[in-house]
Amino acid sequence: MTLFEARGVTKRFGGLTALAAVDFSLESGIASIIGPNGAGKTTLFNIFTGLYPADAGVVTFKGAPLLGRRPDEITALGICRTFQNIRLFANMTAIENVLVGMHARVSLGLWDVLSHRPRFRDAERALQARAGELLARVGLRDSANDVARNLPYGDQRRLELARALASEPSLLLLDEPTAGMTQGEAGALMRLLRDLVAELGLAIVLIEHNMRVVMEVSDRVTVLDHGEKIAEGTPREVQTNARVIEAYLGTRRRERRRAAG
Amino acid sequence: MIQAALAVGLVAVSAWAVATFPRSVLVFLLFQGSLLFAYVARIPAWLRAALLGAALLVLMPAIGYFNGYYLEVATQVGIFAALALGLNIVVGLAGLLDLGYVAFYAVGAYSWAIFGSAQANQIFGGNAFPLAPIWFYAFLLVGLLVAAGTGVLLGLPVLRLRGDYLAIVTLGFGEVIRVLANNLDKPINITNGPKGITPIGRPPLPLDIPYSEAFYFLVLVIVGAVILANRRLEDSHVGRAWEAIREDELAAQAMGVPLVRSKLLAFACGASFAGVMGVLFSAKQVFINPESFTFLESIGVLSMVILGGMGSIPGAVIGATVVTVLNLQVLKGLSLWLNELKNAGVTVLGYSLANLPTQLEPAKYERMICGVILVLMMIFRPQGIFPVRRRSRELAER
Repeated sequence: MTLFEARGVTKRFGGLTALAAVDFSLESGIASIIGPNGAGKTTLFNIFTGLYPADAGVVTFKGAPLLGRRPDEITALGICRTFQNIRLFANMTAIENVLVGMHARVSLGLWDVLSHRPRFRDAERALQARAGELLARVGLRDSANDVARNLPYGDQRRLELARALASEPSLLLLDEPTAGMTQGEAGALMRLLRDLVAELGLAIVLIEHNMRVVMEVSDRVTVLDHGEKIAEGTPREVQTNARVIEAYLGTRRRERRRAAG
Repeated sequence: MIQAALAVGLVAVSAWAVATFPRSVLVFLLFQGSLLFAYVARIPAWLRAALLGAALLVLMPAIGYFNGYYLEVATQVGIFAALALGLNIVVGLAGLLDLGYVAFYAVGAYSWAIFGSAQANQIFGGNAFPLAPIWFYAFLLVGLLVAAGTGVLLGLPVLRLRGDYLAIVTLGFGEVIRVLANNLDKPINITNGPKGITPIGRPPLPLDIPYSEAFYFLVLVIVGAVILANRRLEDSHVGRAWEAIREDELAAQAMGVPLVRSKLLAFACGASFAGVMGVLFSAKQVFINPESFTFLESIGVLSMVILGGMGSIPGAVIGATVVTVLNLQVLKGLSLWLNELKNAGVTVLGYSLANLPTQLEPAKYERMICGVILVLMMIFRPQGIFPVRRRSRELAER
């Protein structure tokens, strides 16, 4: 059974077709989605995570249909994401951000909270310990009690990753995780992702503009342009694909004339 | 060490001073100030707990023995503190601006008022009511549940609204409840309309002391329970989910927070505290009518939350104290003092105070002064008196 499969996903915003019957599937490992600005990459993520309704198509995760489910239900099923324009809980501390990420895995009722039963205290302690581990994992252990808003940009991106991991996903959707990072930081982050895949059996979908990162880390690459999938394959195959080069670099005038004439 | 001695000394001296000059508002303010100092001073936690505990459990009732009005003030402060704490959940934690909060207070108050007086006979016929006063304690729970249900009822239609739109709808809701209370005297007389309901049963209290003193302890117990519930909620996945919704609704949802359930829970929790305090209020006043539940009351409670610091529990308590004491004591005291000076014909800088216009009476400017204080706060300390302090969590060494 395929872990994650999307078929014929279509999304229109008024007259604009943001996604036109896009297929995408992932078994394991790291897949990247690339494409010029406005190609529909983030829209695809928003549909996968239930933030937008799709106009057509089928998305299944571990055999269960996803479309029509609420975002929190999808997270509970095991898909979590980060955002392109960092969306942390700005006035909460780093560790509190991670603790919120665990919400779907907390099975305590209101009465547990009000009565402070041992069950509650044990659970809360376990959550906190795990949050600490996750922060250590992304290298933010010393910033655990810093308010998220005050963290440097790169740390905020890492915190978003830790927060997403906190929901114990089996599929992680990362929207431009290395944006604003130096090449060195980006490399370290990619090594971390590789480790996570190896250790937890996590599957990851990346949206990335940093081509060096994409080519190094991805098992497969999907290319979107104007809401259509124009290529798919290993990094090498995609790099040499004529339509991809055209989408990124455009065509020469002479060639265009030849194509027209 | 110096601070510890100072704190103990201040509390002791001011308490003695209140006992000696039971009529002086200034001295009572000094007593309150000493408690505030004991709370913020750098002293050991046990000493702080002992000082505040002694002040609330022993000194305050003792002061009430010398001047009963102070006990009334303390009781009012307690009721408003609990109200502010309830609103703090909705506005401060979940970030849902609620301008009709007093509606839940009204719902709680009327639930006991109707059944704790002969009013219920108008609905059901016969003369089975009023219920025995002991039922008051059951109605604390009834008020809680009815108000929580009302909170969910309000929450459902406004789930999709945010900010200004939410504020307008909740404002309307508050007015709807008040207008209902005003007009539900026909065809079936449920609320007795603008005439209000009286006499409402007062709870039997087990302590063998003057009733107002015993009632003060009852309020103290309930406020203590409210504070405890607030702290536990805030410090759990429930409270964190509320704060996450306040910070970024969309991200919260994407991280697994069920938006609908969390928001409804916030409305229900906030409302339930107001419901309990409403039951308490109706028993304390013995008489209620719709005038006690106007829009201005909602704004008053909201200003307590803002003044104290949004989302902060000590903030809500201090905000309630400042506003209530200002209204009940400082401005009235100022009015009295001014009148005394006027009558004595004192001259200040060659101007005889006897010539002051009679309209000049600080007690009448309550709202204006409250507003000025709020404006000044927003300019100089927008985070409130006791802003939220993020809790530091100890991580296990690895």
